[in-house]
This record gives sequence, C-alpha cells and structure tokens, in this order.
Amino acid sequence: MRWRNLLLVLLVAAFTIAPLLLPSSGRGERFRGADEQAEALITQIRPDYIPWFRPVWEPPSDEVESLLFAVQAALGAGLIGYCLGFARGRSRAQEEARRRVSG
Amino acid sequence: MHIMEGFLPVSHAVGWSLAAAPFVAHSAGAIRRQMRERPGSKLLMGASGGFCFVLSALKLPSVTGSCSHPTGTGLGAVLFGPPAMTLIGSIVLLFQALLLAHGGLTTLGANVFSMAIAGPWVAFAAYRLARRAGASPAVAIFLAAALGDLATYVTTSVQLALAFPDPAGGFEGAVVKFMTVFALTQVPLAVSEGLLSVLVMNALAAHNRPELQELGVFPKEGVAG
Repeated sequence: MRWRNLLLVLLVAAFTIAPLLLPSSGRGERFRGADEQAEALITQIRPDYIPWFRPVWEPPSDEVESLLFAVQAALGAGLIGYCLGFARGRSRAQEEARRRVSG
Repeated sequence: MHIMEGFLPVSHAVGWSLAAAPFVAHSAGAIRRQMRERPGSKLLMGASGGFCFVLSALKLPSVTGSCSHPTGTGLGAVLFGPPAMTLIGSIVLLFQALLLAHGGLTTLGANVFSMAIAGPWVAFAAYRLARRAGASPAVAIFLAAALGDLATYVTTSVQLALAFPDPAGGFEGAVVKFMTVFALTQVPLAVSEGLLSVLVMNALAAHNRPELQELGVFPKEGVAG
C-alpha cells in the first residue's frame, strides 16, 4: 500500500510538471487563469458586454492574493491532518489496549 | 475556475441563484441529519471538507497552457452522498468570492450549481455505476472524482454558452468555444484530482474503516481492495 501511495503522489507530480515542460505555443503569456481566457472569449463573442457588478473587495496585489490562496490551502490541509492524525492515534490506542487485555 | 463577478447577465445570475438555493438549503439539513445519526462520521466529514478546501486553492498548470484548479468535491460525495457536498462547496465558493475576487456574489448561484451540485452528483453516479460494473473501490473513487471534476467545468461552459451564444455558431458553437477554455484545460487536472482522492481514501481506509463501513462505502466483511 505504501508503494501504491508513493506511486499516486509521483503521478500527480508528473501530471503537474509535464505541462510546464511542453514547448510554448508562443501566443501571449503562459499559464494564466482559464477564467481570464473565458473573460477574453466573452468580450470576443459580445464586445458590447459590460460586467454589471464589481467584486466587493479585491486583493490589493498578486502577493496578497497568493497569501489568501495559501491560507485556504493551509486551512484545508490542517483539517485533513487533524482528522487523519486523530484517527491514527485512536486506532493505535485501541490496538494497544487490546494487546494489554489479551497479554 | 469559476464564472467571474458580473459576467452573467442579471436574468441568468438570478435564475441560477434560484435554481441552486433549494439544494443549499437541503444540504444544510442533510449534514445536520448525518451528524445526528452518525456522530462517528464527523472526522470523515472534516477530512472531506478539508480536501475540498485544499484542492480548490491549488491552481495547477495544464497542457493547454493555462491554469485552473480541481474541485475536491468528489471524495465527499462518495462518502456522504452529493447533498452533503453542496454546502461545503458553497462555503468554499463564498470564501473565494469575498476574499479572493475569484468567482463572485452575482455568479455564486451558477458556480454553486456547477461545482457543488452538478459535480458531486456526477461523481456519486460514476461511483455507483463503476462499483456495480465490478470496479474496485479505488478505481471507482478515481472515476468518481475525475468525472465529477470534469462535469463541473462542462457545466460552467454550458452556463456561459447559454448566456453568450456565439454570433455564428449559436449555443452549440459557444459551448465548443468555452469547453476548449475550461473542460479541455481540466482533463489533466481531473486525473490529478482522481489520483489524490484515491490517496486520501487509502489514508482514511487505514484508520477509519469502521466509519467507512457504517457509511456503506466499504462492505462490512472482508477486505476491499
């Protein structure tokens, strides 16, 4: 199981890194958000469309934005870690108790 | 990637919000019932929610030369059923709309519909079908998470095409155009999400087996491979 999990992690890493190694198609900036491309596509289909609502608050810079994305990921990862760690500790303690009773 | 703030005409924004609202309300009830009937599954619910938070914060590069992020809703949909993930996905979308200017309040209904309703239901259906066809839990979870992820972005493409039909190709033409932006980009990311979901499920299976059996994800007896 341990090897299988390692293989899964390596596969995800490969899928993430591979696109970065592909030769550039040479049109515009690479690896921008897909939503920006959609925005461009909307303007192309409907040049007269004006968004009727602005975000109530925007991160003042890319750095602040990446900070908030990192906070989101950290919250999620922390929660998973807590849950997995709690369950692992619990099943260890149960095993220990069982061993003590039978031994 | 979600539909940006203000980028759906008012009628569409209102329509999708009205369509999504009952699902969100039902979801809150479903989670409350789940917690009351199976208090032991709180840890799994926490892990599913955390997974959704992490994955939707990771903007990954794709072969199309752009970036998008997975959704993380498939795992929870398999464990708890699709209704549970609607509220969790909506919380993530609200967080991103308010703090990250990613997605938006006017497009929240449409984005909830694609990421927190369509995605989880497709994931759930894929899991059920794959298991019935004899696939192992690992393969079924991979398919569920990957197809749920992809379905989210197909839905987004359809939503945008409905709002912005192509002058030449009409609705179908616009679907194809938006799919090349969203769905095509998403294919490798969907595969990654599928693999990561299997990884987390392996970790849960190691120490949360009783809870997973109680939820009916794993059979009561015997080892699921």
